[in-house]
Amino acid sequence: MRPKLELLEHSLVDRILDEAFELLETMGTKVGSPEAVDLLSSAGARLEDSTVRLPQVLVRRALESVPREFFLYTRSGERAVHYGGDNVHFDPGSACLNILDSETQQPRPAMSLDLIRMVQVTEMLPEFAAQATAMVCNDVPSEIGDWYRLLLVLWYSGKPVITGAFSIPTLQTMIELLAADTGGLEALKNKPRAVFDVCPSPPLNWSEFASQNMLELARVGIPAEIVSMPLAGATAPVTLAGAVVQHAAECLAGITIHQLASPGAPVVWGGAPAIFDMRTGNTPMGAIETAMLNMGCAQVGKSLGLPTHGYLVASDSRQIDAQAGMESGGSALLGALAGINMISGAGMLDFLACHSMEKLVIDAEAIASAQRLLAGVESRGETLALTAFAQTGLHGDFLKLKETRSLFRQEQHFPSPVIDRRGDGNADDILTRARTRVNELTDSYQRPHLPAEREERLCGIATREAGRIGLDHLPGIEVPVPSGF
Amino acid sequence: MEADFAAMRQSIVDGAPESALALAKQALEQGAHPLEIIDHGFVPGMSEVGEQFAKHQMFLPDMLAAAEAMKAAMSVLEPELKRQGEERPSAGIVVLGTTKGDIHEIGKTLVGTLLTANGFTVHDLGVDVPSDQFAASARELNADIVGVSALLTTTMRGQKSVVQALEQAGLRSSIKIIVGGAPVTQRWAEEIGADGYAKDAISAVALVKNLLAHKFASAEVTV
Repeated sequence: MRPKLELLEHSLVDRILDEAFELLETMGTKVGSPEAVDLLSSAGARLEDSTVRLPQVLVRRALESVPREFFLYTRSGERAVHYGGDNVHFDPGSACLNILDSETQQPRPAMSLDLIRMVQVTEMLPEFAAQATAMVCNDVPSEIGDWYRLLLVLWYSGKPVITGAFSIPTLQTMIELLAADTGGLEALKNKPRAVFDVCPSPPLNWSEFASQNMLELARVGIPAEIVSMPLAGATAPVTLAGAVVQHAAECLAGITIHQLASPGAPVVWGGAPAIFDMRTGNTPMGAIETAMLNMGCAQVGKSLGLPTHGYLVASDSRQIDAQAGMESGGSALLGALAGINMISGAGMLDFLACHSMEKLVIDAEAIASAQRLLAGVESRGETLALTAFAQTGLHGDFLKLKETRSLFRQEQHFPSPVIDRRGDGNADDILTRARTRVNELTDSYQRPHLPAEREERLCGIATREAGRIGLDHLPGIEVPVPSGF
Repeated sequence: MEADFAAMRQSIVDGAPESALALAKQALEQGAHPLEIIDHGFVPGMSEVGEQFAKHQMFLPDMLAAAEAMKAAMSVLEPELKRQGEERPSAGIVVLGTTKGDIHEIGKTLVGTLLTANGFTVHDLGVDVPSDQFAASARELNADIVGVSALLTTTMRGQKSVVQALEQAGLRSSIKIIVGGAPVTQRWAEEIGADGYAKDAISAVALVKNLLAHKFASAEVTV
């Protein structure tokens, strides 16, 4: 039996959905994209000022056409992420501006070399099913910040990617890059390698960019991941259940826009809900209530049979310390038990403002433990214990049994040396162990194969787009000499 | 036909006693010398297991299975050696036991198994062993090493009694004493005047090898 934790009574899930539908029908949602408004209006939504009120029947119809599951693929075309059901995957947190410097352990602006290093570490860790476009590189002009991150991830990784665009024109560049990487738009649609996060603004505001983004993604057939971010007590009702209602309403509205543009296009019921801390005004990602919100939101999505996403395994501490371990480890377990399909956030500190390579490898250990938990307790023989006892009596010699040797690897997870089990008091501290691990992983990293003609195409697109803003080189990338010269 | 050393080595790495035994018998039938079979066939397997364990690619059950395979091979090789009037040169004689009042044996037994597999002659006195018996057995068996195990902080003090018993018996200068067990530390070993401490069975093998290398080295100097 796979362990599972449902936070909400089923009757509460029903009430949450009832209120979400009612909210969309009576209060409505703001929708910024004129094209999206037209689509909604002609499908039966009522438009007043900039607010669109969505009849329940319209939303229900959209829900019917959403795929219950889909896969993300590696560059070589293997299924690596299974959105749907209770499948659980993890990826690093996304798009922050700072990195905790490995040497000084002080935050500083992230550079393209930092992102490359993080991609390398993530590529080497089996705990991460997908890469994230984890940092905004401060040595790259901000106008191209979104696609440049994706270029670097595609260049240095073969894993699926959780990404997102900052504007519609750059979204087109990102799609173009992905198509070049996968071998064409049709190949990309058949075997998507990336999912795009799209964020409505709380409460219930599908901005022009967000709603247009949904339309574009739906039409190309690249999966969209709604990242609804109610802040309980500030931009959303203070009660956890109330914030989950808002999350549901924002997701339902997004799905309706998305499915109207292209019924059957893949979309994820996702989010980064959090509480608003009434003492500091911060949005603590490590708070237990934030984890509870993520679990509750995912449960509502699951009740509709939809693929899910959440934002956990992050900490609000500003350094690698016990708080970081406690918050990240705890929420990794909770997210896994909730069966959230994609859990983003590992590696992040300081209210998602800062990434850390060292934290990423520590979080990978928490994730591995969560994955072990999900494997559950199995009965592996004809008897549970009697056969073993029959062989060794009360002598206590289980270590020598063949059964022990054949089964211990299935029963026990062996953490990396980041976790100290030596028990001799001579271990380095956790930070030193994590640094060593990061170095070992980057030393053993090998860049996955990227066919030369795809490299050239990626570089061609990047050079063209960089040229538009006067950038004459590609930071972090050695441009290949075109073939035929 | 040449003895199949590679298969022997692999039988140890696989922890397969049946195949180790069969290979040992087969090699003897083909006329290979028992010492050659041991040193070129089976011992390299044990060394490889030790290396893989150190690299976290093998684990305790693998190590024990390898030791069992070694034991199976030796069960035909040693009698044959004796029959030929020879003996496998022992890497050293070790007397092991758990202190008086302590009945925990898994750690000590593990150390014994691995030392045996590595060519040491091990005499396991068992559990709840009085200090005097450590001394008497050490004298009788001409031990190079006495290993004293304790799991409890209360019985850990028995390790000090063993050091004292060996001193009183006049054996202290010729015997190295090693201590181990969950509550034991390097500092405790130094405090009670023991010669060494190991945190686990694998390190204990290295420790014993190291201590004996020094012992014999210094013996040569005094001669």
